[in-house]
Amino acid sequence: MEFCGGHTFAILKNGIRDLLPSNLELVSGPGCPVCVTAISDLDKAIFLSHLPQTITTTFGDMVRVPGSHGSLASARVEGADVRIVYSTMDALDIAQENPQSQVIFVGIGFETTAPTIAASIVEAQRREIDNYHVLPLGKLCPPVMGALLKMGETKIDGIIGPGHVSTIIGSRPYEFIPREYGVPFVISGFEPLDILLAVEMLVEQIEEEDPKVEIAYRRGVKPEGNARAQQLMEEVFEVSNANWRGIGEIPRSGLSIREKFSHFDALKAYDIEPGLSREPKGCICGEILRGIKNPQDCRLFRRACTPENPVGPCMVSSEGSCAAYYRYGGEDG
Amino acid sequence: MCLAIPAKVKSIEGHEGDVEVGGISRKASFMLTPEVMVGDYVLLHTGYAISIVDETEAKETLRLLEELAQQGAVYS
Repeated sequence: MEFCGGHTFAILKNGIRDLLPSNLELVSGPGCPVCVTAISDLDKAIFLSHLPQTITTTFGDMVRVPGSHGSLASARVEGADVRIVYSTMDALDIAQENPQSQVIFVGIGFETTAPTIAASIVEAQRREIDNYHVLPLGKLCPPVMGALLKMGETKIDGIIGPGHVSTIIGSRPYEFIPREYGVPFVISGFEPLDILLAVEMLVEQIEEEDPKVEIAYRRGVKPEGNARAQQLMEEVFEVSNANWRGIGEIPRSGLSIREKFSHFDALKAYDIEPGLSREPKGCICGEILRGIKNPQDCRLFRRACTPENPVGPCMVSSEGSCAAYYRYGGEDG
Repeated sequence: MCLAIPAKVKSIEGHEGDVEVGGISRKASFMLTPEVMVGDYVLLHTGYAISIVDETEAKETLRLLEELAQQGAVYS
């Protein structure tokens, strides 16, 4: 299984699946922050965007994901001020330039992005920007990997580990995977050759029956990760339970804002009542995220669900499996 | 969303500065890499340098990316 959606894209774009022998199958994992955001959490962001005097800032992919009632994009059509930002720094600048408005950042992301959200909160404190709030939706990768292996729905013989999540956390937090589940784990970069190298290293571990954590992406990942980024995350966030789309609640797999920074926490600053959430009918995004189904197994795929008119997040995100199969999956996809 | 690309650090002022990606200059935050120096290659994720890369390794990645881009141009 390639955990990361960035790997899924690189694999399909470069035709790597076709290069591999038929007894070697690559399955997409849940490594797409937009895709795993629970619809009830997305509904909270949409609810917030409709509040008066509010500017909602978010990474681009999130805007078009359908919630239970519309999306951030449709909220914008209805008059909400929703802005796509490239960086949390941009969101913070928007807050500083618009002191009469409340600026909310929809804080999705894995460990790669969480330190940048933490940095924006620390920076907001330093610059005394008090109209900046983060909706904390950060998620952690090792716990969801553990949850998938524990559920055991998919037979996984090896995991291609996420490159840039590991840039931050290093290789050590994955050591329970070979130890407890006997599954080889190789952290990969995103070039086609990086991925082929990781596959080769995984096959070698399987053949030698010696599962362990290895790094095939040495230019980007150190075993200890980025200590400064970990420290910032630790300062601002505490580990909490989180809801994952298609998987449900996983203990200690999410990030909440610590009490010390609670004045930047959108969950504390607002009464958020988005109403009952409902999943899009017929969408099998959840099963695709768990690796038990492929996009082609979905009856909506390419028919009712396309990148122009997406039903579920896996078709929207640039890391979503359905979007990758749609663009690069060939005749089958 | 976890995309990060190699970029070369051109200037540093406090925790911010300019980096160059494929000939284009853009603003970057060095809050996560305070030890960075001008001339270093960094991995840039959503405007933040998340790690400092060995220059030889970064050049290799850039070369591969250029090669891929050229192939893309041929096939498109």
